[in-house]
Amino acid sequence: MLNRLLSHDLPRSRLLALLLVLIVLGLALTPFIFPGTKALNVAAKVIVFIVLAASFDLLLGYTGIVSFAQTMFFGIGAYGVAIASATVGPTWGALAIGVSLALVVSLVLSLLIGLFSLRVKAIFFAMITLAVASAFLTLASQLSEMTGGEDGLNFKLPEALRPGTAYLDQPLLGATVDGRFVTYYVLFFAALALVLMLLRIVNSPFGRVLQAIRENDFRAEAIGYRTVVYRTTASVLSAMFATLAGVLLAVWLGYNGPDTTLSFEIMLDVLLIVVIGGMGTVYGAVIGSVLLVGAQNYLQDLMKLGASLVRDVPVISQLVSPDRWLLWLGILFVICVYHFPSGVVGRLRARSSVDERNTP
Amino acid sequence: MTTVVTTPAAAARAIPQTRFDFLPIGLVALLVLAAWPCVGSTSTWMTLTIAGLAMGMIIFVIASGLTLVFGLMDVLNFGHGVFIALGAYVATTVFAAMTGWVGAPELWRNLVPVFVTMIVAMLVAGAVGWAFERVLVRPVYGQHLKQILITMGGLIIGQEMIKVVWGPTQISVEMPEALRGVVTLFGDASVEKYRLLAMVVGAVVLAAMLYTLNQTKLGLLIRAGVQDREMVESLGYRIRRLFVGVFVAGSALAGLGGAMWGLYQHSVVPQIGSQVNVLIFIVIIIGGLGSTTGCFIGALLVGLMANYIGFVAPKVAMFSNIGLMVAVLLWRPQGLYPVANR
Amino acid sequence: MTLLTLQGVHTHIGAYHILHGVELSVPAGQVTMLLGRNGAGKTTALRTIMGLWAASKGEVRFDGQVIGGRTGQFSTPDIARLGIAYVPENMGIFSDLTVRENLLLAARQARSLDEMDTARLDWLFNLFPALKKFWLYPAGKLSGGQKQMLAIARAMVEERRLLLIDEPSKGLAPVIVQNLVVALRELKSTQTTILLVEQNFGVAKALGDHVAVMDNGRIVHHGGMAELAADDALQHQFLGVSLGAHQ
Repeated sequence: MLNRLLSHDLPRSRLLALLLVLIVLGLALTPFIFPGTKALNVAAKVIVFIVLAASFDLLLGYTGIVSFAQTMFFGIGAYGVAIASATVGPTWGALAIGVSLALVVSLVLSLLIGLFSLRVKAIFFAMITLAVASAFLTLASQLSEMTGGEDGLNFKLPEALRPGTAYLDQPLLGATVDGRFVTYYVLFFAALALVLMLLRIVNSPFGRVLQAIRENDFRAEAIGYRTVVYRTTASVLSAMFATLAGVLLAVWLGYNGPDTTLSFEIMLDVLLIVVIGGMGTVYGAVIGSVLLVGAQNYLQDLMKLGASLVRDVPVISQLVSPDRWLLWLGILFVICVYHFPSGVVGRLRARSSVDERNTP
Repeated sequence: MTTVVTTPAAAARAIPQTRFDFLPIGLVALLVLAAWPCVGSTSTWMTLTIAGLAMGMIIFVIASGLTLVFGLMDVLNFGHGVFIALGAYVATTVFAAMTGWVGAPELWRNLVPVFVTMIVAMLVAGAVGWAFERVLVRPVYGQHLKQILITMGGLIIGQEMIKVVWGPTQISVEMPEALRGVVTLFGDASVEKYRLLAMVVGAVVLAAMLYTLNQTKLGLLIRAGVQDREMVESLGYRIRRLFVGVFVAGSALAGLGGAMWGLYQHSVVPQIGSQVNVLIFIVIIIGGLGSTTGCFIGALLVGLMANYIGFVAPKVAMFSNIGLMVAVLLWRPQGLYPVANR
Repeated sequence: MTLLTLQGVHTHIGAYHILHGVELSVPAGQVTMLLGRNGAGKTTALRTIMGLWAASKGEVRFDGQVIGGRTGQFSTPDIARLGIAYVPENMGIFSDLTVRENLLLAARQARSLDEMDTARLDWLFNLFPALKKFWLYPAGKLSGGQKQMLAIARAMVEERRLLLIDEPSKGLAPVIVQNLVVALRELKSTQTTILLVEQNFGVAKALGDHVAVMDNGRIVHHGGMAELAADDALQHQFLGVSLGAHQ
């Protein structure tokens, strides 16, 4: 049954399976195990990034398309919810409108981009998506009446999801059961559903054709698959999932601004996650997100320790300075592109290939 | 039976020459003219035009290296922004070290730190470019996907290293005394003095590049290599060395452009590289990947557009560049001056 | 004296095994034809000699020196510098460069136009009048036949020890092919060693001193051109080899 749930895309490595189980359980039980708002925020961020990164992997890892417009769709989802809630009011109806509109806009844009991608070479396409994403960022900052400009939009959530709403007076097993609690589990289960859906997609015949196109699009076309259609569909799907990730983030934060979703730094983060985690494996997004978000929040503390040791050494102290965690991740990223093209997941699977050969 | 030809040049006289394609240059003229009624006042229009040309020149200097590297080596360096940023930061250091010269009232004294900056920026960026090619680019020749990813990684690492050396905050750059302010030309059009300097530098770089490409054998090799690498090797030229040279030259030019850009903006931030990245990508796409002339025209168009739109409708500035790109691609899908055999 | 030898040369391209132990000797000062039908491996053989593809087994020797194979692989530019010129099937003309620039590029010793050997240039203009006529024209605008002349002229602009020419008559009208044969004959008279790949047996007969026939990545016959031209049965046996044996 687990097999069917995961669309027959098993981890295929005991260590990987163990890690995944730990991560899922950890995320599922965060309100109970890790008290405090920081932990909850980190977990929520991990969840959102898992969905976002997985959507990017569909495009990069499975279809072999590099597009820097992912954050644009992420932003559309978040802004959709934010604008709808801010204008109409904090109701479920507003959320529904926001989500639907965001999905429609993403659909149209990704369709255009997807169709365009077939006219031009990969590198051209990558550059153009970069340009479009930048333009969108600027646009969001400029249309301040609608988007709140640089400052972004604060908005209220429906009553059921608000932090102030208490469901139980007493904490349940250590966790305060309030609106935040509920919101967290909305995120968790939504993300779980989305990831399982993605697994279904990439393991379907459609997904296999995508991989064939990635390997050799000329041959795929020669066999009879209209690569145009497949690539465009992949673009659209990827965009939709990214949009939904944006929706989740906005619902969690009750806020959205240009830097929250549209910045180039986020695009780089997603890139790092997918490459380090493992391209072309949905699980890579899971592992990678935990690594990246964890590093963002906790590596700094680790580095602070290290920094205190070399505080007075001129350049070294700067290198180990907790603000430079991105440098080390960048180096890890480059090493991964060279030596571990299939990332952490690929490494784990390769090591375990001896184990799994005899499983029925 | 045959007449002995003394020199091939003599034979050349009777031969049909191809006409140079002037249309894209016409496009620039068209834009400039079209902007006149939109802007309204002639003096403002002139100011904007010169500002646009100056900005275009700087962008050209930055982008020229990138387009050659791509044309010759089929390598797209997303990390080109690192060299730009390096150049800009070197400018801050040099200026900080030479405050005496910067603050002096005489023009010639002011020009010294400017030239020192340009040279140091080129050297530093060139050196880092050499390392970049060796460590990051060389192992992934021919693999476009990995190239995009690795050069992006290089961008991240480069930006962080800049923060390590210079700190993460904004640094302002003081414009030298004599280069501050404006001169009035043609009646009442005010033009910033620095922008005139930028135009001169840009023109010099363009002239040097065109001369090298068209009149020297080295340039010939580069132009041939852009079309058919294998054939150039079969003719006995070690094109690998040429690659490295072009990459280093391209990085050095980016450094030079970055230094000028930093001065132009009066301040420098670590993200300066990625900010300009997008702009130069648009420029080389418009110009045609691999074409220097195309890059120049593209840069002028982008610079002019940015200034005109910045005045007429500031909110759509970014989109105007994309709109320009789309318009050009609809007319010529390979760019203004497409390079054959691509 | 043998100028070029291939001994047991195998070449793989990706997963494809194209050359299966090629044994070939090219005598100096003469024209050796390399014949065979499409897919026999003739172009691969030339590219292997030129170092564009590395031989996976065996040895390529030029003038006694190993230039390719397991024991040591020279890079293409170094092979060219030994005096080997290559005229590929697609001619390798730089379309954006003028005829003049194409020739200048091929003249390694000349740093600029003035340093080019004018006597040599005159000789080339004699052979290929079109070159003189279109001297400053972008080479891409020349006709197919003219491009082929330019490609061969490029290989002759300086003295070379060995010329590798891949199907020069391909796609050209018979009249142009005649001109080509005249030009190549003139080249032959200078005692340059030529390894010429052709599918046009008429051209082969007109120019070849020796002949090697390839099929399925191997040399299946070698000997004098005259003998092959005189022996109809032999011709059918090796040039009608397109049936059966393949696939």
